[in-house]
Amino acid sequence: MNGLHELGIVEAAEMLERREISSVELVRAVIDRVRAKDGEIGAYLTFDEEGALAAAEYADRRRAAGEKGPMLGIPVAIKDLINVKGQPCTCASKILQGYVSPYDATVTERLKNAGAVCAGRVNMDEFAMGSSCENSALGVTRNPYDRSCVPGGSSGGSAAAVGGDLAIAALGTDTGGSIRQPASYCNCVGVKPSYGRVSRYGVTAFASSLDQVGPMTKSVRDAARLLKVLAGRDEHDGTTPPVDVPDYEAALEGASAKGLRVGLPKEYFAEGSDKEVLDIARRAADALASAGAEVSETSLPSTEYAMGVYYIVAPAEASANLSRFDGVRYGHRSERAEDVFTLYTRSRAEGFGPEVKRRIMMGTYVLSSGHYDAYYTRAQKVRTLIRREFEGEFKKFDVLLAPVAPTPAFKLGSVLEPLQMHLADVFTVPASLAGVCAASVPAGFSSSGLPVGVQLIAGAFDETGLLRAAKAYEDVRGPLERKIV
Amino acid sequence: MKTGKIDVAYVAELARLELSPEELATFQPQMESIVGFVEKIKEADVEGVEPMMFGQDLVNVLRDDTVRPSMDREAALANAPARTETEFKLPKIVEGAES
Repeated sequence: MNGLHELGIVEAAEMLERREISSVELVRAVIDRVRAKDGEIGAYLTFDEEGALAAAEYADRRRAAGEKGPMLGIPVAIKDLINVKGQPCTCASKILQGYVSPYDATVTERLKNAGAVCAGRVNMDEFAMGSSCENSALGVTRNPYDRSCVPGGSSGGSAAAVGGDLAIAALGTDTGGSIRQPASYCNCVGVKPSYGRVSRYGVTAFASSLDQVGPMTKSVRDAARLLKVLAGRDEHDGTTPPVDVPDYEAALEGASAKGLRVGLPKEYFAEGSDKEVLDIARRAADALASAGAEVSETSLPSTEYAMGVYYIVAPAEASANLSRFDGVRYGHRSERAEDVFTLYTRSRAEGFGPEVKRRIMMGTYVLSSGHYDAYYTRAQKVRTLIRREFEGEFKKFDVLLAPVAPTPAFKLGSVLEPLQMHLADVFTVPASLAGVCAASVPAGFSSSGLPVGVQLIAGAFDETGLLRAAKAYEDVRGPLERKIV
Repeated sequence: MKTGKIDVAYVAELARLELSPEELATFQPQMESIVGFVEKIKEADVEGVEPMMFGQDLVNVLRDDTVRPSMDREAALANAPARTETEFKLPKIVEGAES
């Protein structure tokens, strides 16, 4: 190891607990690394160094007073749509430039209670709409494994920070793949929890029937620890049911491939994807089978409709959610506003970037009179079919295994057509629509040295099963060389 | 300026977005290609299928209706683009009213 910035949560927490390092030293190591390297990567939008160091000092005092905590003193990078009181929260949009959060999101509050240090705000596609981070209005983020490539998106800054050892761990959000796809591109573990597992209070809404906050980390065990802190009922988010949060990390004990029932949905292995990506997913399945898993092919026939459903439901909900940006209470107000109508239309036109405008337009169109039933209602019905299919699969299998995205990270600026960009989500969207949980686990590298993850999918609220399978795979895979450039 | 299947200028008005003629011209084919793509769902057999209206099946999540402290007014006003001491400030909306 060359520096403390390379540590994951569990390793760092052990060193803190043994008093080998202090939280201040750990946070300072991350700050030094960010100062030295982030100019080339661009993972962070802002980093309140003083605030982070003060929080680290506070964590050290809590430890000195005898307190213990799973995240005590651990710095976590925060995706720029999660509110942290007193910090900017721009959603990588010009419309929120200068905004300072007046309150903590529930996940922020839980992190702070667990002793974690909110350290730096990381880049994203504007309002989480995109698959490459290129839709950020505030800066370019590069892939730490090949700087000519994208980090993925929309949680591209989170992935580049963790994958590039510019952070110990990060929070991301996933609506149709925004945690899993960048995690795959940047060699980190990314977990999209089941819909409702983690509160979204204080997290800027994109598509409310899909959005989830989740951990992006350097190991499955790190993800399990962080998820335990984030998850559970929150009275500020009515979609979080009162389902107990198990100790996910303790549940990893004895995780094994032996007897694990793994389904390979054939629709995810069809032609059209990059051959190396498919090979890496098949090798992951073979490795689990060699270690005693029962691997067999299965089918999710409605997969072919998932993208169509997603690109109706998500923009529809986004168009409603983003109507709150009206130039009245916060955010950009046009200087050319003449009356209430132009206050809205001009503030929004000046503040939103092209992809956000396009999605608002798509959402408005599919919800407009005469189209609502043909698109939105029908999409919701097809979504029911997709969910039922997943429910059926989890009666037969513990997890499904599939590629995360059809290709490894692509070149910056190489995907110009919006529809083509949308297709980067083709293997992550179905699990989002079904509301089940899914993870991306690093699985290898392409011949050109780009990281590729494998996706595991488990039933709703079966994060324990998901993480145990992910740990079993991580163990049979063995350590991966980290080739950060 | 309806040139194709989607009246983008009308949709922009509904969406409260002032789009330039260039943006409208760019969005027209892009939106039509996305709409063409999502049309795929019309092939699915959804006879008798209930729509999935929410991300899960929770209904009527209620809590006790008790008065609790809410955000401090100054904090709520702190991000306002224009404000008075105690209120958000807006351009004149009602004809003939005082600004």
